[in-house]
Amino acid sequence: MIRLEARAEPSQAMSLASPLIALVLTALLAAGLFVMLGKDPVQGLAVFFIEPLNGLRAVSEVALKATPLILCALGLAVCYRSNVWNIGAEGQLLLGAVAGGGMALWLGGLGLDASRGAFAPLVLLAGMAGGMAWAAIVALLRDRFNASEILVSLMLVYVAQQLVNYLVFGPWKDPQGFNFPQTPTFDPSTWLLPLWRGTRLHWGALVVPVMVLLAWAFLFRSWRGFQLQVGGLAPAAARYAGFSSRQALWLALMLSGGLAGLAGAMEVAGPLRQLTPHISTGIGFTAIIVCFVGRLHPVGIVFSGFLLSMMLIGGELGQSRLGLPNALTGVFQGLLLFLLLACDTLIAYRVRLGSAARGAT
Amino acid sequence: MNEAALLIAATIASGTPLALAGLGLLLNEKAGILNLGAEGMMLVAAIAGFATAFLTGSDLVAFAAGAAAGAAMALVFGVLVIWLNTNQYASGLALSLFGAGFSAFVGLAFVGKKLETREAFQVPWLGELPFIGPALFRQHPMAYLAIALTLAVAWFLYRSRGGLILRAVGESPESAHALGYRVRLLRLAAVVAGGALCGLAGAYLSVVYAPLWVEGLVAGRGWIALALTTFATWRPARVLLGAYLFGGVTMLQFALQTMNVQVASQLLAMLPYLATIVVLALISRNPTWIRINMPASLGKPFHPGS
Repeated sequence: MIRLEARAEPSQAMSLASPLIALVLTALLAAGLFVMLGKDPVQGLAVFFIEPLNGLRAVSEVALKATPLILCALGLAVCYRSNVWNIGAEGQLLLGAVAGGGMALWLGGLGLDASRGAFAPLVLLAGMAGGMAWAAIVALLRDRFNASEILVSLMLVYVAQQLVNYLVFGPWKDPQGFNFPQTPTFDPSTWLLPLWRGTRLHWGALVVPVMVLLAWAFLFRSWRGFQLQVGGLAPAAARYAGFSSRQALWLALMLSGGLAGLAGAMEVAGPLRQLTPHISTGIGFTAIIVCFVGRLHPVGIVFSGFLLSMMLIGGELGQSRLGLPNALTGVFQGLLLFLLLACDTLIAYRVRLGSAARGAT
Repeated sequence: MNEAALLIAATIASGTPLALAGLGLLLNEKAGILNLGAEGMMLVAAIAGFATAFLTGSDLVAFAAGAAAGAAMALVFGVLVIWLNTNQYASGLALSLFGAGFSAFVGLAFVGKKLETREAFQVPWLGELPFIGPALFRQHPMAYLAIALTLAVAWFLYRSRGGLILRAVGESPESAHALGYRVRLLRLAAVVAGGALCGLAGAYLSVVYAPLWVEGLVAGRGWIALALTTFATWRPARVLLGAYLFGGVTMLQFALQTMNVQVASQLLAMLPYLATIVVLALISRNPTWIRINMPASLGKPFHPGS
C-alpha cells in the first residue's frame, strides 16, 4: 500500500522540485496526447519546448509574451501571499489597455509635434491607473460590503471585456477602418518602441527586472510586506499584532491592479498599437498559473513566466507547423497547474510504501 | 400579454442551468468544500453532452454523459483537496482553467454544429391554460427536474438523517469525525454529487438551451452559480429563486433589445455580471448574517487525527 506520511517540517527541496516534477509529468502527458493525435511526440515536444528558443528573434518573442505574464503574476503573488484571492487580473489588464489606449488616442488627437515614443510613459501611467481603478472596485466591495473578492474580481473580467467591445464597436471605432471593430492606429509619439530593429520586444520589457526587484524587496525586505504575509499565513496573529487587514487588502489589490494595468497598457502601446476586441488571450488567467508555478516568489515567477510564454508560442508554432489545434496550450496549462498542486503534497508529506508500522494512520 | 408569458418562460429556461449548478455547489458547500471549478466542470460537461447528443441522438444519454463528466472532474478535485490537502481555491481554479482549455480542444470537432431545438413538454391540462400555460407549463423536462431537485435537496438536507450528517460534516468536521463518521468519504460524495449536478447544468446548456457548441459556451454561469449559494444564504429554495432572478436579468437584455431601447448591446451584455456583483455586495453586507448561515468549515481543510 502507498501511504502519505507527514514530514516533520515542510521540505525546501521539494518546494523547488515540485514544479519540475509537474513539468516533466505534463510533458509526458503531452507526448501521449501527441501520439493519440497521430503526431511524432518528439517533434511535438520540440515545438513546445525547444523551437521557441531557436534564435534571437524567437527568444525576443518569448520575452515579449513573458512581459505581461510576469508583471501580472508579480501582483498576484503579493495578493495570494496576503490571502487576497484576486483572480481577475485579466479584467484589470483590459482596463489598463483601455485607459492606456484612451490616453494614446487623446494625445494623438492633440496633434502635438513630438518624437516617436515620447509619450509612452504617459500611456503606461494611464494604464496603471486604469488597472488600479478596476481593482479598487474589488477592494471597496470587499472592504465595505464584505463581498467575496474571488467572485467580484472574476465577474469584472466579463464586464471589462464587454467594455472593450463597446468602445471598439462604438465610440472609439476607427471611422476609416472599413467598419472593423478597432480603433485607429495610435500616434507614433505614444508607441513603446522596439529595443532592436526587426524585433517586437519593446522598452517596456526593461521595466520587468525593476518590478521583480521591487516586488522582492517589498515582500522580503519591507515591514509592510512582512505584515501582509503574516496576515496571509496567520490572520489571528496579524490581528493580535495590530496589523490592519483592511490596509493589506487595499495594498495588495492596488499593487496587483496597477501591475496588471501596466501590462495591459504595454500590450496596446507595444505590439498592438491599437485597441481591438482581442487585446488579451487570457494573459491574466495564465498569470495565475505563472504565479503558482513560480512559487509565489518574484524570482521564480521570472522562470515560470518564460516557461508559460514558451508554451503559448509553442501552441502557435504547433498549429502552423504540425497542424495541432492551438487549444492544446490551454489543456497543457491547466494540466501543469493541476499536477503542480498534486506534487506540492510532497512538500508536507513523504510517500511511504507498505502498511503503517507502529499503528500510526 | 403573450410576449410577457414568453418572457417568463424564457426566464425559467435560462434560470434552470443556474439552479442545477447552484444546487450542486450548495451540496459541496454544506459539506464544507468550496469548488471554484464549477465553470470548468460545466464547460467539459457541456461539450460531453453536446457530442453525445450529436453522435447518439439520445438526450438521455447526453445528460448522463454530462453528469458523468462533471462527476469525474469533481472526483479528481475531491481527491486532491480532501486527501492530499491541496489549497481549495487554487485547485478549483486549476479545474476551471483546465476545463476551459480541455473543452475548447475536444470541442474543435463540433464548432458550428447545431442540434435541433428540443421540444418543450406541455403539462396536460395546465399547459392549455391561457397565459399561465405558455408561461409556466410548456418547459423542457429539465426545468421541472430542477424544481423537483430543489425540493429533493431541501428534504435531504433538513429532513433526512443523511442530510443531518452532511451538515454536521460541514459545520464541524472534527466533531463528526469524533462521532465516527467518515468525514473525508462523505465530503467526497458531496463533491462528486455536486459535480454531477454542475455537469447536468452544462449538458442542459449545450443540448437544450443553446443548442450548439462554441468555445466558452458557459460564459461565466459557473461563477454566477457560485455567487448564488451566498446569495441564497445556503438555502435550496432561495437558490432556485435566485437562479430565476438571474435568468430574468439575462432575458432582460434581450427584451430591452427587441424593444429598441437605445443602449449598446455590449453594455446590456454586462447586466448579468453587474447584477451578480450588486446582489453579492448587498447580501454580504451583513457579516453576522453570513456567518450564521455559512457552513462553519467552508473552505477549511480537515486532517483527521491532527
